[in-house]
Amino acid sequence: MKILMLGWELPPHNSGGLGVACANLARALANAGNTVDFVIPCQADYSEYNFNVIPIGNLRPFCDYGASAYESTYVEEKIISNQNLSIRDIQKRYCDFLTNYLKTHRPDCVHAHDWLTFEAGIIAKKQFNLPLVVHVHATEFDRSGMNGGNQLIHEIEQEALMIADRVVAVSEATKRIINERYHIPLSKISVLYNSLDESFSSKPYVYDDENYQYLETLKSDGYTIISTVGRFTIQKGLPYMMRAAATALKENPKLIFIFAGDGEERNSLISLAADLGIEKNILFTGFIRGEKLKDVYTVSDIFVMSSISEPFGLTALEAAHHNNVLILTNQSGVSEVLKSAFCYDFWDEQKLANEILQVANDSSAQALAKTEVETESNSLSWDKVAAKCLKIYSKICRQ
Amino acid sequence: MPSINLYLHIHQPFRFRKYTAFDIGNNSDYWNDKNLSSKNNNERIFKKVAKKSYHPTFDLLEKNLKKFPKFKFSLSITGVWLDQAEKWDPSLIEQLKRIVNTGRVEIVAETYYHSLTFFHNRQEFELQVSKHRAKIKQIFGIEPKVFRNTELAYNDELAKWAEDFGFAGILAEGWDKILGWRSPNNVYQPAGCRKIKLLLKNYRLSDDIAFRFSDRGWKEWPLDVKKYQSWLTTSTANGPLINLFMDFETFGEHQWESSGIFDFLNGLIASWLKNPLNDFVTVFDATKIKPVDKISMKKTVTWADSERDLTAWDGNSMQKRAATELYALYPKVLNTNDADLLEDFRRLTTSDHFYYMCTKYWNDGDVHAYFSAYDSPYDASLYFTNIIRDLEFRCSNRKAPASSHPQI
Repeated sequence: MKILMLGWELPPHNSGGLGVACANLARALANAGNTVDFVIPCQADYSEYNFNVIPIGNLRPFCDYGASAYESTYVEEKIISNQNLSIRDIQKRYCDFLTNYLKTHRPDCVHAHDWLTFEAGIIAKKQFNLPLVVHVHATEFDRSGMNGGNQLIHEIEQEALMIADRVVAVSEATKRIINERYHIPLSKISVLYNSLDESFSSKPYVYDDENYQYLETLKSDGYTIISTVGRFTIQKGLPYMMRAAATALKENPKLIFIFAGDGEERNSLISLAADLGIEKNILFTGFIRGEKLKDVYTVSDIFVMSSISEPFGLTALEAAHHNNVLILTNQSGVSEVLKSAFCYDFWDEQKLANEILQVANDSSAQALAKTEVETESNSLSWDKVAAKCLKIYSKICRQ
Repeated sequence: MPSINLYLHIHQPFRFRKYTAFDIGNNSDYWNDKNLSSKNNNERIFKKVAKKSYHPTFDLLEKNLKKFPKFKFSLSITGVWLDQAEKWDPSLIEQLKRIVNTGRVEIVAETYYHSLTFFHNRQEFELQVSKHRAKIKQIFGIEPKVFRNTELAYNDELAKWAEDFGFAGILAEGWDKILGWRSPNNVYQPAGCRKIKLLLKNYRLSDDIAFRFSDRGWKEWPLDVKKYQSWLTTSTANGPLINLFMDFETFGEHQWESSGIFDFLNGLIASWLKNPLNDFVTVFDATKIKPVDKISMKKTVTWADSERDLTAWDGNSMQKRAATELYALYPKVLNTNDADLLEDFRRLTTSDHFYYMCTKYWNDGDVHAYFSAYDSPYDASLYFTNIIRDLEFRCSNRKAPASSHPQI
C-alpha cells in the first residue's frame, strides 16, 4: 500500500510524544512492506528511517530556533523570529506544498496527525478526493488542561474530524472527548493505543552512574526516587504533583522528586517548591532526551504521570520498560492499558501522596506492581498498531 | 566648614556557575565557568570592570591626591574583591597600596565575603569581619576604625555590636522615614550606644551621581559640575557634612565613560576645593564631629530599592529557603575541618547570590536584571539549590572536590 503520512516532527528533532508515535507507526508500516511517504515541515538528517521523509522546504527543526513545535496559544506569533514565521505561516506553506505535491503523486490513502496537519489532510480529501484518516494524539481540550483553549484550533479539529473517512484516537478517553466535545459518532472512531518507542528496546543502553552519583548515594541511604517527565505545561498537572510531594515529605523525608523537562510552568514550579519549603527534595534536570532520559528512568523507583488530561502518555511505557512502579492519573489514556498501575484523579493530591508513601515503604508491593505492569506493557507492539492501521486503510479505500 | 565625605564601595562577588543537577556529587567546583564568554565567568567580568572602571578611576583618584593636598576619601574593599584582584590583576592592589599610603585614604571595615551573615549567624559574622580586618592589615598595614555592613544593612542591634567591637563609627542609609525633618548632613548617635557615631548617606545627592547621572529621561540631565555644586552648597545649609556613599563601579561601569562621568568627578574635586572654606573628609574624620541627636532603627534599613529594606535579598521564598538551607549547613561544614569546604560555604554567603534570586521588578528588566549573571531569578535559585546539595554531600562524605580551587 502507498501511504502518505502528514506529520509535524520526527525524533530526535521533537518536542514530545507526537513525533515519537508517528515515527514508530511509520516505521512499522514500512516494515510490513508498505510504501510510506512522510511529509514534515523541517529539513534534517532523517537517514535512520526506513521510510521516505519529505521536508516541505529548508527550515531547520523548530527546536533549533528555540521554539516549541506544539505551541497552541500563540499560533500567530513569529516563534521562528529570524525567519519571521509563525506556526500558522508554516501550516500555510505545508498546505501549499501538499497541493502541489498531490498534482503529481497519488497515494492510496492519507493519514494526518493532529491539528497541525489537519488542514493539509482536508485539502487531500476535498481537492484530490483521497481517503483520509485523521489521527488524534491530543485535542485542544487536552492541551489547555480542559480549559477551552484556542478556538481557531477547535475549528480546524472540528472540520477535519467531520470530513475524515475514519478517526483514530490514542485511547478510549480521547475517543470520548472526540464524541462528546466534537459530536463525532462513536462508530466512526477507532482506538489505537501507542506502544513503546522502538529505540528503548532496540538500541543498546548502558546506565551512566556517573551522572547520578549523588542520587545513588542517597538511594543507598534509603531514599526513594520519584520522577516525572514531560513538558511543563498546564496539561501535565505538575503543581498538583508538587503539593502531593510536600504532603508525602511530611511523612517520609527520604524522598527525592525528579522533574525532568521544561516549559512555561518551569519558573512557577521552582517558586512553588520553595514556597512549600521542599526545594532540596526537588531536582530539576531541564529538558533531556536520549541516554540522559534513560538514566532518569533507571535511577528512579517510581514514575508519576500527573496529567490533567493525557490522551495516551508514552513516557509511562518508557518508565515501565525501566522497571519503575507507575502511578498514573485516571485522566491518562495509558492507564487504560496498564491496568495494574497505581491510579488517582489528578486533583487528588492526598491519594497521590498516599500511593507514593505506600510504594516507598513496601518493597514487595513494588515488585508485584512491576511484574504485572511489565506483562501488560509487553502485550503492546507497534507491529500490532500497524496491522490495525492497515485494516482501517483497506476498509476506507474500498468505500 | 562644608565637607564632602566621599565613600566608595569596591566589590565583585565570586559568581557561581550554571551548576546543574548532573554536577551534584560529580564536580564541586562552583566558581569557575569554563566558558570565557559566559555571564558567570568571574575572570572575564573582573577584567572587564577593571578596564572600564577600576584602572581609569584609580588613575583619576591618584592624580587628584597628588594635585590637591586637601582631597581625601574612604574606600571599602571586600575580601572577595581582593582575592580576585590578586589572581587576575595584581597591579590594582599595588596602585591601591600607593593610594592608601598617601595617608588621606581610609579603609572601612566590613565582612570579608560581602555577606548578610549578621542576620543569620553572629559567630560566623564576627569571623568574617575579623578575616577582613586581617586581610586589610596584611595588604595595607592599617586597621579600619569605621564599620559598614553589607548593603548598608543596619539596625540598632548592629550599632551596639559595632560599638562593643570597638568601632568609632558606622555607616547607614539616610532614609527619610527614619530621619523625618532631620538632615543626613549631621552626625548622629545610634540609640542604645554611648560612643559610636552614625554617618548617614545623603541618598539624593549620592544617587544623582550613582543612578541618575546618565539617565536621559531625568529632568536634570545632563548634570554638570556647576549645577551639582550648587546643590551641594544648598544642601550644606542643613548641615556641614555631605555623605556621598556609592558603589565604586559607578565610575566607568554603571555610568559609562561616554556619559562624561570621569570628567565630572575630576571637575567636581577641583571645583569644590576652589572655595578655601570647603574640604573633603574621611569617614573617621567625620566621627569626630559632635552628634546632634540620637537615632533609632529597630527594623533593618538598607540602601536598596524604594523599600530600603532587606527584601531584595530575602523577599521571596526562594531567597528565604536558600538562606535557611545554607546556614543550616554551617555546623556540619565546621565539623569537617575542611578549609576548602569552609571557603566554598563562605563564598555562598555573598549577598549578590540572593539578589540574583530577587523577583521584585523582575519583569521590568530594571537594575536587578542588569546586575544578574543568570537568565532569571529562577535559574539562580536552581543552581544555588544544586550547590547546597553538593555542599551537604561533601559534608557527609568527605569526598575530595574534583577540581579544587587554590587555598586563599
